[in-house]
Amino acid sequence: MSAPGPVAAPAPLAGEAEVPVGETQRMNYREALRLAMREELARDERVFLMGEEVGVFNGSYKVSDGLLDEFGPDRVRDTPISEEGFVGAAVGAALLGERPIVEIMTLNFLLVAMDQVVNHAAKVGAMFGGKVRCPLVIRTPNGAGNQLTAQHSQSFDGWFAGTPGLKVVAPATPADAKGLLKASIRDDDPVLLIENLSAYKEKGEVPLDPEYLVPLGLANVTREGTDISLVAHGFAAVRALEAAEQLAEAGISAEVVDLRSLRPLDVETVAASVKKTNRAVLVEEGWPSFGVTAELAARIQHVCFDYLDAPVERVGMAEVPLPYAKNLENAALPNVERVVAAARSVIDGTR
Amino acid sequence: MAKEKPSFPSVENYRTMVEIREFETEAERQYKAAKIGGYCHLSSGQEATTVGTMAAMTPTDLLVTGYRCHGFALARGVPASEAMAELFGRRDGCAGGRGGSMHLLDVERGFYGGWGIVAGQLPVATGLALALTRRGREDAVLCELGDGAVNMGAWHESLNLAALWDLPIVYLVVNNVYGMGTSVSRASAEPDLFKRASAFRMASERVDGDDIEAVFDAASRLLTAAREQRQPAVLEAMTYRYRGHSVADAGTAYRTKDEIEERRGRDPIARVRSLLLDRGAGEDELNAAEQRAQTAIAEAIAFADADPEPALDRLAAGMYAPTSDLQFARMKPGSPYGEEELVYAAGLGA
Repeated sequence: MSAPGPVAAPAPLAGEAEVPVGETQRMNYREALRLAMREELARDERVFLMGEEVGVFNGSYKVSDGLLDEFGPDRVRDTPISEEGFVGAAVGAALLGERPIVEIMTLNFLLVAMDQVVNHAAKVGAMFGGKVRCPLVIRTPNGAGNQLTAQHSQSFDGWFAGTPGLKVVAPATPADAKGLLKASIRDDDPVLLIENLSAYKEKGEVPLDPEYLVPLGLANVTREGTDISLVAHGFAAVRALEAAEQLAEAGISAEVVDLRSLRPLDVETVAASVKKTNRAVLVEEGWPSFGVTAELAARIQHVCFDYLDAPVERVGMAEVPLPYAKNLENAALPNVERVVAAARSVIDGTR
Repeated sequence: MAKEKPSFPSVENYRTMVEIREFETEAERQYKAAKIGGYCHLSSGQEATTVGTMAAMTPTDLLVTGYRCHGFALARGVPASEAMAELFGRRDGCAGGRGGSMHLLDVERGFYGGWGIVAGQLPVATGLALALTRRGREDAVLCELGDGAVNMGAWHESLNLAALWDLPIVYLVVNNVYGMGTSVSRASAEPDLFKRASAFRMASERVDGDDIEAVFDAASRLLTAAREQRQPAVLEAMTYRYRGHSVADAGTAYRTKDEIEERRGRDPIARVRSLLLDRGAGEDELNAAEQRAQTAIAEAIAFADADPEPALDRLAAGMYAPTSDLQFARMKPGSPYGEEELVYAAGLGA
């Protein structure tokens, strides 16, 4: 074994106070998102929500259910099917100091507004010399697994996370959904918050404190272990936890690092985990080539070179446009079985 | 008793037109002297449209433009020295040397940027108008675009939203006949571009963009309707650019020299000059205004030339808000796991 000595866990950053959790309530991920928006809409007049079907229809995935009745059509604004138009309009409103939240029905549809996200929102701060800011939140679900087929089953997380000027976060749990969305709304920069279709029904304890915030740029070790690190974000972090459970039954102690934030990326927490376990499997919902796990692998080899006992392994979506047939779709997903198999192969290769 | 209408155009308007022409002429010279790089789009010939519309705006109205933005910046009051320093890529340019020719701005004067993607500024400008209404302000947005932008989806989406939501915005289509080298007749199935607004039941009109009074009157009327009745509109100004699409384009592959000469023969600046003379302005007064404009540009060049380059530690300045420093602390160069060759620096004091 090559690990030169024990490695300390990352020290908390100055000002990175642990948020007291206080009273909690069990709710699902979509309810946690709704709670975050309700609290922020009530707290700050500058905050408004817009998107397709967010109002009268109560949200395509019911995330905004009831908010129109509570806040009215100026704060919860239905838009036509016009992503380039209303994402750009949100950029413009943000320039004047408003704090728009844009809901995009799924990440797939954000592609038609790519110019506004990448060429406009992401450029404001630097291109104009810091003279104006763009405090914008775009929230949208990624993911596959519902037989939605090729055009509606994608995860472009890495595309956006690879764009300087944007921030990209991806909550995996209801508590983080609330805390990260609230922190994003209060952030002074454009933030893409990536949700997940399968995660919407996931339940968990959510702090009711209206000041509960999860800071951007801070990963979370959601399960401690000693044999291997499973590093993931979004719904892949949920799969990783399940995989860790199965690995435990086989006597393998897996640590799970939920990135929570892709840009800024908490390299420090990832590195501390890999230096402890000396092995890593990286998991993402999207295609791994040139993706989030590719970036992570590069980071890990750079900062953990002398600590690795095996090559870093990756699990992601099969690199095909997603098929409709259920059996083919299942085979393409980064499901728990594939994560477990990857972890076992890494362990076996080093035994 | 009715308030007396301020005389328009004024000698000051004339001076601004001359200043813009001087600025563009000098910018081309400085580009050829390699003091200016990148893309550089000149607006010589379009001064009546620029100054006429800017004179119709109030100080609290908002301006958004495409990349041919030097003239609009100057007419909105951006000091020529700050605009020229930006073209030079210098520290005291209006965007700190980060934007260059296409991305001038001056938030204090309500100028929210020159933007570089054709029609990309339209949704942004539409959102500024939305923000004005949310804040209960009785101001309007003027959004400049070129004739080439009307064939982009962003144009249709923006006009639809503005009409649907009754937003206070005037889309100014500066029709200078060519989108780069493709004439309007070769690009647009409906070459009367203003008529496209009717698809959204939006008010629209076309004016002679070289007639500064017609431009001012139309822009004033439409901006007033936008402010007071939240009625969006399209104003198409018919004008001409003397120079190429950018300084890299000689501007002769797609049009004849005769055509350019014919247009130069009815120059908008000369038209305003003779108009002012007809109305009793003195030659001396106008000569002095020209002299002031020339001096301002000469001083702007001297300022830009002497202005230092931005410090290297400003490479990532402004990209993220200063409040983001802590968020990036775990990936920045200098942190235990930051990679020195990757720049993830945060705002660093904007």
